[in-house]
Amino acid sequence: MPEAKLSLRSVHKSFGGNHVLRGIDMDVATGEMICLIGASGSGKSTLLRCINQLEPIDDGSVWLDGQDISEPGLDLGPVRRRIGIVFQSYNLFPHMSALENVVLAPRRVLQEDGDALNARAEALFDRFGLAQHMRKYPDQLSGGQQQRVAVIRALAMRPEIMLFDEITAALDPELVGEVLNVLRQLRAEGMTMLLATHEMGFARELADRVCFMDGGVIVEEGPPGQIFSDPKVARTQAFLRTVLR
Amino acid sequence: MNRRQAYETAQRRRSLTVAGISTAAVLAAIILLVPLTPGWPQVRASFFDGGVFAQTFPTLLRAFLIDVMIFAWSVPLILTLGLAIALARGARAPALFPLRIFGAVYVDVFRGVPVVLTIYLIGFGVPGLGLPRPWNSPYIWGTVALVLTYSAYIAEVLRSGIESIHASQRNAAICLGLSERDTMRYVILPQAVRRVVPANMNMLVALQKDVALLSFIGPVEILRQAGIYKSLLANFTPYVVAAVIFLIVTVPATRYADHLLNRDRDARS
Amino acid sequence: MWKYLTTAVLSTALMSGAALAQSCSDGKTLVDGKLTIATGNPAYYPWVIDDAPESGQGYEAAVAYALADAMGFAKEDVVWTRTSFDQAIQPGAKDFDINMQQFSITADRDKVVDFSEPYYTAPMAVLVRAGDGLAPTLDAMKEMKWGVVASTTALPVVMNTIVPSSSPLVYDDNANVVEAMKAGQVDAALFDLPTALYLSAVVLEGGQVLGQFAPDATADPDHFGMLMTEGNPLKTCVDAALATLKENGVLAGIEAKWLQEATGVPLIK
Ligand SMILES: Nc1ncnc2c1ncn2[C@@H]1O[C@H](COP(=O)(O)OP(=O)(O)OP(=O)(O)O)[C@@H](O)[C@H]1O
Ligand SMILES: [Mg+2]
Repeated sequence: MPEAKLSLRSVHKSFGGNHVLRGIDMDVATGEMICLIGASGSGKSTLLRCINQLEPIDDGSVWLDGQDISEPGLDLGPVRRRIGIVFQSYNLFPHMSALENVVLAPRRVLQEDGDALNARAEALFDRFGLAQHMRKYPDQLSGGQQQRVAVIRALAMRPEIMLFDEITAALDPELVGEVLNVLRQLRAEGMTMLLATHEMGFARELADRVCFMDGGVIVEEGPPGQIFSDPKVARTQAFLRTVLR
Repeated sequence: MNRRQAYETAQRRRSLTVAGISTAAVLAAIILLVPLTPGWPQVRASFFDGGVFAQTFPTLLRAFLIDVMIFAWSVPLILTLGLAIALARGARAPALFPLRIFGAVYVDVFRGVPVVLTIYLIGFGVPGLGLPRPWNSPYIWGTVALVLTYSAYIAEVLRSGIESIHASQRNAAICLGLSERDTMRYVILPQAVRRVVPANMNMLVALQKDVALLSFIGPVEILRQAGIYKSLLANFTPYVVAAVIFLIVTVPATRYADHLLNRDRDARS
Repeated sequence: MWKYLTTAVLSTALMSGAALAQSCSDGKTLVDGKLTIATGNPAYYPWVIDDAPESGQGYEAAVAYALADAMGFAKEDVVWTRTSFDQAIQPGAKDFDINMQQFSITADRDKVVDFSEPYYTAPMAVLVRAGDGLAPTLDAMKEMKWGVVASTTALPVVMNTIVPSSSPLVYDDNANVVEAMKAGQVDAALFDLPTALYLSAVVLEGGQVLGQFAPDATADPDHFGMLMTEGNPLKTCVDAALATLKENGVLAGIEAKWLQEATGVPLIK
């Protein structure tokens, strides 16, 4: 039984004949921040979705705190509430205000009480500089604001680990900074995080470890200093040459 | 008033004037020309007899209350059953497969059969099994027929609404740990329902008119009462009265629904 | 009774028939000296018993022989033929002198064929299910749930003469009323007597005609006339003979025998 916070053991996933994940092994320690990098289509999103079982895996196993959460037939509700995930396209609920988006799951899933919950949600909005936008609807918010609400929404469930899937990729360049700041803040608070990103500068600055994915496997991994300045594998070198120019 | 507002005000005044003048011209043409046609005196006598209008209006209005009553108790039943059928059709779990089949057959059958036939078959057929009074009332079974037919339509409309909500919404909810039920109830349905309100409003307007079909199995509602007057007085004015009464109710109802929709939309921009 | 009637008819014929025969029907019939009368194919109860008009049994058969007598024809000079109902009311040459099969006299039909004066005025009659044990009194009828056909004159009779305690249900046609009776949604329905007899015998299993109103209880009752070709000179003779039969009570006697006693449908008082 693996002892890390989150462990993947030889995870395989295919879509039809497309073998997307071809044996992924990974351990994430508590408080660690790992960045997944790799070309488009290399399977980063799929890997994240397989971790919280949004996609059932074909083979191998996923462990959370020593529990095999990829066991078929397992009730996934209790697992998913411990793993927060934020997508590239925010996916806020458009018919609810920002605040309602945030309190829905804690109220329904964690059975939290109205007033205390609202106070907690407001504190979260405050913490990420969105207190004055709390009552607005998603279509009244900028992309950066929406993405921050999506992060707050995930955090409101008090997750033990957060997964981020290229959460700045859909944003205008001037809005990227405000969202990355949120991640810096979380990093400082010691949140365990796994994020797929194309922001190499950001990965270099904050990651404890960088994993380079290609063709459905992790080709190379190591501290950012080593991966970015001294990649050992030819494929990593080729990829980094194209993205860091 | 800034420059733009001044421009828009002038524009609005201009188009109102044009619309007013053209409407007045058309009305004037109708009012002046139609009476010149050779058949007008007969048409006026048999369709627009003021005396008959005044004589039949109160009774027809009272008969219309029956339509309104049937409508009023049908709508909540239709919406409830329609929602249930829509959910049954969308059931994902393999164990619920029979429910999905049932939903599909239900919708096919009741959308495929004309309302009148369903009203006849259920309105006469079920009581014919030997139900005692008052449980064999044509009001009850006529309503059941309307509910069965219209809930099939509403179910399809709702289902299309549910399917039009992008899968990412469901994923986002599931990832927050919400159950399938809560996801449907708090995330998918509210959006789906909003999206299909206009289509459903059309359904309800159609229902309001189809309520009159219950007269085939006995109830003397407005259309039947108008028919009785027509036979009695050998005059079609009662039908015109009925049409007017329908319009008095349905036009404001549809306008009000539009208004609610617009308000909902304006509130968020 | 039959014997008595025949004697009465014969004696009347002896007094007036010969005179009529000379002045009237001579040379006006299809075959000289014979009166060709058409009936339905088949002809049925209570109008003709056992589809055998030659027997003189049944209301129309009896009226036919009484009429022939009054016109001066002997019993054996009456020749029977058959036509369908629709065939008979078409314009054109006919192979009968007179045709009797419950033709209602209507203005439309009168344009293409000739009718005699009425030989029967259809009263309203009450159709019920035999098993219900209902009494043929006005008081009992007030408590019944009524069904009527919208386009007939039955509705005013129910509303003005019977005045039931709950409002009647109204239908488009006879079949629907019968269906509602089978479903137990109405207790009683009002038709003209011939229709009620037909429905009770053929359409509504276990149907019973509870009673009949006097013909004058109806505002605009159906009159049955003998049908002849348009412009037939025989019409005056037929009308004169019918007038005689009405005056001397023969017609009323035949009606009492075949349409009240034989059918067992009492008069409602
Ligand atoms: N639901 C799905 N059904 C079928 N194929 C899929 C599905 N999701 C992903 N794929 C396929 O899996 C492969 C990996 O996709 P994935 O989205 O994981 O890549 P990625 O590394 O996240 O790329 P990007 O950087 O563009 O986001 C692609 O070939 C994609 O077409
Ligand atoms: Mg991706």
